Amino acid sequence: MSASEEGALRPRDAQDVADIVARHPRALEVVGGGSKRAIGRPVDGDLLDLRALAGVVAYEPAELVLTAKAATPLAEIERLLAANGQRLAFEPPDLGALLGVRDAPTLGGVLAANLAGSRRVTAGAARDHFLGCTAVTGRGELVRAGGRVVKNVTGYDVPKLLAGSWGTLAVLTEVTVRVAPAPETERTLRVASRTPEDASRVLTVALGSAHEVSAAAFDPARGALLRLEGFAASVDARAAAVRELLAPAEVDAIDAEESRALWREIGSAAALAEHPVVWRISVPPSEAPAAVTALAPERCVLDWGGGLILAAYRDIDAARVRAAVRHGHATLLKAPEDARRATPSFPPQEPALAALAARVKQAFDPHAKLNPGRME
Amino acid sequence: MICLPEPDAAIVARRADVVRALRGLVRDGNVIDEPLRLAAYETDALTAYRQRPLAVVLPETTEEVAAILKYAAREGVKIVPRGAGTSLSGGAIPAADAIVVALGKFNRILEIDYANRCVVAQCGVTNLAISHAVAAQGFYYAPDPSSQIACTIGGNVAENSGGVHCLKYGLTTNNVLGVELVTPDGEVVRLGGKHLDSGHYDLLGLTVGSEGLIGVVTEVTVRILKRPQTARALLIGFNTVEDAGACVAAIIAAGIIPAGMEMMDKPAIHAAEAFVGVGYPLDVEALLIVELDGPAVEVDLLIDRVSAIAKDNRATYSRASKDERERLAFWAGRKAAFPAVGRISPDYYCMDGTIPRRELPRVLAAIMEMSPRYRLRVANVFHAGDGNLHPLILYDANVPGEVERAEQFGAEILKLCVDVGGVLTGEHGVGLEKRDLMTYQFAAADLEIQHRIKHAFDPGVRFNPGKVFPTLRRCAELGREHVHAGAERFPDLPRF
Repeated sequence: MSASEEGALRPRDAQDVADIVARHPRALEVVGGGSKRAIGRPVDGDLLDLRALAGVVAYEPAELVLTAKAATPLAEIERLLAANGQRLAFEPPDLGALLGVRDAPTLGGVLAANLAGSRRVTAGAARDHFLGCTAVTGRGELVRAGGRVVKNVTGYDVPKLLAGSWGTLAVLTEVTVRVAPAPETERTLRVASRTPEDASRVLTVALGSAHEVSAAAFDPARGALLRLEGFAASVDARAAAVRELLAPAEVDAIDAEESRALWREIGSAAALAEHPVVWRISVPPSEAPAAVTALAPERCVLDWGGGLILAAYRDIDAARVRAAVRHGHATLLKAPEDARRATPSFPPQEPALAALAARVKQAFDPHAKLNPGRME
Repeated sequence: MICLPEPDAAIVARRADVVRALRGLVRDGNVIDEPLRLAAYETDALTAYRQRPLAVVLPETTEEVAAILKYAAREGVKIVPRGAGTSLSGGAIPAADAIVVALGKFNRILEIDYANRCVVAQCGVTNLAISHAVAAQGFYYAPDPSSQIACTIGGNVAENSGGVHCLKYGLTTNNVLGVELVTPDGEVVRLGGKHLDSGHYDLLGLTVGSEGLIGVVTEVTVRILKRPQTARALLIGFNTVEDAGACVAAIIAAGIIPAGMEMMDKPAIHAAEAFVGVGYPLDVEALLIVELDGPAVEVDLLIDRVSAIAKDNRATYSRASKDERERLAFWAGRKAAFPAVGRISPDYYCMDGTIPRRELPRVLAAIMEMSPRYRLRVANVFHAGDGNLHPLILYDANVPGEVERAEQFGAEILKLCVDVGGVLTGEHGVGLEKRDLMTYQFAAADLEIQHRIKHAFDPGVRFNPGKVFPTLRRCAELGREHVHAGAERFPDLPRF
């Protein structure tokens, strides 16, 4: 977001957000760091700039819980966690290079988009680590949901509903997440695989083993990639066991520092940055090879054991992409602005589900004040 | 006592019509209206409350469920979904003007898909049956509520059930990939599937833990995991609860997430040892069971590390399991804690608050201070890893005034959980029993948005009436499982 954005509303705190949403006569574009503004249909609304809602509110490593204001930069959170030997298990990806933006992602933004990286397949998505929040509904009500403890079933799981709602239901003002210990070390095994079919077999065998593979991806330029994390002795033992499992496949190992850099790159989809159009597609892992054939992308990367396909193109061909996804869903992750006005970025829903979603939207934001049209 | 909502007399008066209509929607014999047979559905595991339903219907297919719900929507009749009826919070207690939709006939596993590491099961399949179905291939379903031999996967979805292993492996919500949901107006929708995440609002995430208030889940897709190579446990004793709490924090700080981490206080240790005699030390104030699972080399390494951490935190007793028999013996006492307490007291109440772990010494001290004030004993078992506390309040319902004192004691404990930054329920659900305490944890605006979510799915407010949300009429505040000697609904069901 450019600092010179004219007329932006800049609340100082959660109550301010509530007052603005309640009184502002027009629609609002809800923005934390601004790093994901280029995803979804562009919002026609006045800018609600949340950057002042930043800072860690409470962090107790031994409780595995962190509370921060929603627009706290993700980098700040990650530095703080790392200094205490911890991390966010869902591995939020940095899509800056892919989307060509330099704005800093925020914790609230990552949760609102439910964006998780390679560890999603084993450790869960952002929503799985989202324990509680305060948020402002489209009616301007400041509400609290969830809690600040790791185990809680009191009332509806509203944080899960807000995760992945892209700011269309409520404005997150403060969030509590579960955090996890960072591993002592990590190692990646690279297995020679040329096609998605070859790779899919490797990823499936590895994820179906007891060897706690924490991520399993396929980059055609590199082969199948299996990450092992944990205590050094355990990583050694499991790496040996996975090699044995895959014998006689050609396997080489990538150690800690290089492995970390590799997975940052996989998560950020940097390999696809030069392509103007990128789809993010979630399918049952076993359907990935057939889906890739039908998708016929210029370049693609598979993650989540094949369950996530990042497919890059020169042009949007929504009809082909949607037809290629038999089960699951495809979201336009990157496309030029005019194309995102013309083509829905989010998948179509069957009528009964669309009706339910519309009623949920009504419950939170009856006047369509928050990010109208963003998820269309 | 907690009030059930006032039944709609007009609906009750039309009972014969309702029964006749239901008989037209399902196979012969699948509608129950005889008083004797209805009695089996009067309560769940919160046996202090009983209510005969309008009728019970036992559908066999999703189409039948949809037809029943469409009929009920048209006629404005309330619905109470029911799985195995093992809810500790009264989640399946009927209403006099409601049809109980009992899902016991949805008992088939539909698909085992090892390539996608998931199982598709009908909602009435038991939790343990899923693990059994995939055990031969070395897989299992991770969430393990103590009632897993009886409770159904559909009930687990409704309650977002936990278990002793959820610190490492997550609750139900973290292990469910998809559901088939019949909405209150009788529409069949699929949320999620064998793929991950939602392309739109996460209605699946909302459905898990919605306690039967937004529809009937008929089918569930869960992820399965390969069983860890090995598991070992440590039994660690301390002279003070503070030392035990510090040890738990130090284990987490060392980057170790045990598969299970359970704590018992002295009354619970003594009750358990007297009951099963597994060799628990009796001269300690707090006992920890720490279970580690994974590759053998890692488990052995972590057993050593946790032993060292225990020593640093003034453990007075420490023993590592040498084999599977010994590991199971460590657990036997903990798993027998509830019945063990039931042996030394005619009745007990089980509470289910979660607290930030650092508050444990303060909360336990406060409970011990309350105990003489209410003139009732209490034993504490604690899912120490995730802060979920189960105080068991001992009382005798035959002594005048004890029930009321136990209820007040329980409410004070739950309020204390909220006061120290915790919540009313960690895994048993709000249901009927904690309903009236919701206003203690949530402000009016917080409950208002939850009401509106409910209305988005169930505009007629007909699903599972009287549960989760406080109603206008408020008779009492309480929040615990009532267990009276001999009156327990599932006496053979382990509870821990």
